[in-house]
Amino acid sequence: MAKVLMKGNEAIGEAAIRAGCVHFFGYPITPQSEVPEYLAKRLPEVGGKFVQAESEVAASNMIYGAAGVGVRVLTTSSSPGISLMSEALSYIAACELPVVVVNVMRSGPGLGGILPAQSDYLHATKGTAHGDFKMIVLAPASVQEAVNLVILAFELAEKYLNPVMVIGDGMIGQMMEPVEFPVEGVGKPLDPGNWALTGCKGRGKRIINSLYLDPEICYRHNLKLTAKYEEIRKAEQRFDTYNTDGPYDLLVTAFGMTSRIARTAIDELAQEGQRVALFRPITLNPFPYEALRAAASKAKRVLDLEMNMGQMLQDVRMALGPDAAIDFFGTAGGVVPSPDQCREKMLESISKTGSRPKAKGARRNP
Amino acid sequence: MRKVFASTAGLTDRPTHYCPGCTHGIIHRMVGEVIEDLGIRERTVGIAPVGCSVLAYEYFNCDMFEASHGRAPAVATGAKRARPDIIVFSYQGDGDLASIGMGEIIHTANRGEKVTVIFVNNAIYGMTGGQLAPTTMPGQYSTTTPRGRDVRDCGYPVKMAEIIAQLTTPAFVARGSTHTPREIIATKALIKKAFEYQVAGTCFSLVEVLSICPTNWGLSVRESEKWLEREMLPYYPLGVKKRPEDFAEVSADAKH
Repeated sequence: MAKVLMKGNEAIGEAAIRAGCVHFFGYPITPQSEVPEYLAKRLPEVGGKFVQAESEVAASNMIYGAAGVGVRVLTTSSSPGISLMSEALSYIAACELPVVVVNVMRSGPGLGGILPAQSDYLHATKGTAHGDFKMIVLAPASVQEAVNLVILAFELAEKYLNPVMVIGDGMIGQMMEPVEFPVEGVGKPLDPGNWALTGCKGRGKRIINSLYLDPEICYRHNLKLTAKYEEIRKAEQRFDTYNTDGPYDLLVTAFGMTSRIARTAIDELAQEGQRVALFRPITLNPFPYEALRAAASKAKRVLDLEMNMGQMLQDVRMALGPDAAIDFFGTAGGVVPSPDQCREKMLESISKTGSRPKAKGARRNP
Repeated sequence: MRKVFASTAGLTDRPTHYCPGCTHGIIHRMVGEVIEDLGIRERTVGIAPVGCSVLAYEYFNCDMFEASHGRAPAVATGAKRARPDIIVFSYQGDGDLASIGMGEIIHTANRGEKVTVIFVNNAIYGMTGGQLAPTTMPGQYSTTTPRGRDVRDCGYPVKMAEIIAQLTTPAFVARGSTHTPREIIATKALIKKAFEYQVAGTCFSLVEVLSICPTNWGLSVRESEKWLEREMLPYYPLGVKKRPEDFAEVSADAKH
């Protein structure tokens, strides 16, 4: 299929349709509003349902209702709206329903601003809402990858009966890039299985519920969920690396669009003979700790780049331990780091390693 | 021996957890009987709230959701839009629907979602122990209005049926009560009507049911029934507030 030039938010909406999701409930918020706008136009064309909810609180409970009756369903929002959806995500995770939520991140805290940020990392991966639950969190670094990960998100949500979040910064939502879509309907219809509320004809009644007043039963429910998260941790770690084939002095860690900016700086430095590699987690949860440890073992130092004040940094530190040499550079508030800034920070980190630049194309002594 | 009274297929056999004298059981029974009478049990999905009736999912003998506090109408919207062929109802108390869930109920009604809402108004928070509700009467004692509801601080009780009825969108909205057998019979007819409108795919429907709470009112059942009649009925008048048949097409179709 030919490539089309598309804005990220619209491509996310189209990707959901290609995955077989024709139900959307959402609320406008910059910088994700093009998703509901696009789907308001497209969903009636494919026999789907679009509802503009009165709030993100309502939208997130509408997807709870739609998933509960056994249909594939999407909502999208941006940081402050995702905060409002968090309560429902706890219920959805507790009830083990498959939903996909896209967060096109803007800056915070509070109302923050409307420009790109990555400051919901910890919210998405560690503390979305009350109770012990985890989402699968996927972070695209291009519009094409956003399309691919939205489709994957539905597969994972239905495989594990768990909410999956695709988390991109405002740039992913707003920029246009060429994308290629799989043919329509790659997703098989959702199998309502033995859990969906479809009316109890020919069977006993079903209940979708997260209230367990008996502490032992609630404890067992938590153990069951935890076992599922462990299964996800083992099976679903995804990451990407760049320049890791040869030797390198510095390993840069970055996710989403920050990794694209880092690559530009890495390529520039390579021209100067500096050996810098990149490790990019695609699943922010489950975080690829072992793979990062392996990649970092070849480097003298690690530089973590993020558009926040050091959130993934906690996972990088957890992966590499307290003795690892880790530098951090973060921007926030909607300020996007330039390749030059990243280059400067990389050079600073390299200078701490005592390594000298190798002439371009030079081989390391055996 | 001839059986003259039996349990309804609309309810399970589980004993309820409600306090002695509580009218939730009667209202459950009315809804259960309507579901049975209309033959819709096998295609009905109910939604329980947070509050005294949080465990309603155990009692209604059909597929059931448990929603978060106040959000049942949003859950109902998602379920009904996704599967228009099922019958969707929510069962909510006054704290759930008229306080924390005010936004969801207004907008669900205003969108004209083809769902049915049973709204139980007993003028108090029951499960949490007798605190002020949006529907608590002026001067009424609650554990968070220990000197009685002061309307200068708390405003006046919210009349949900009237609020919903004044929306332009066609709907069936009514208020019934449980303080006498006669009103119980009349209220069951309202609940049946509400479900019938949904079965026909006509409109949103809501029945507010005045209910007693002897435990948190600190009154006997008989005293509670009298208190409801004396204090609540003049403020919350019974009857049908709105019918879809009364709707006159609004000639507002703004075009660019």
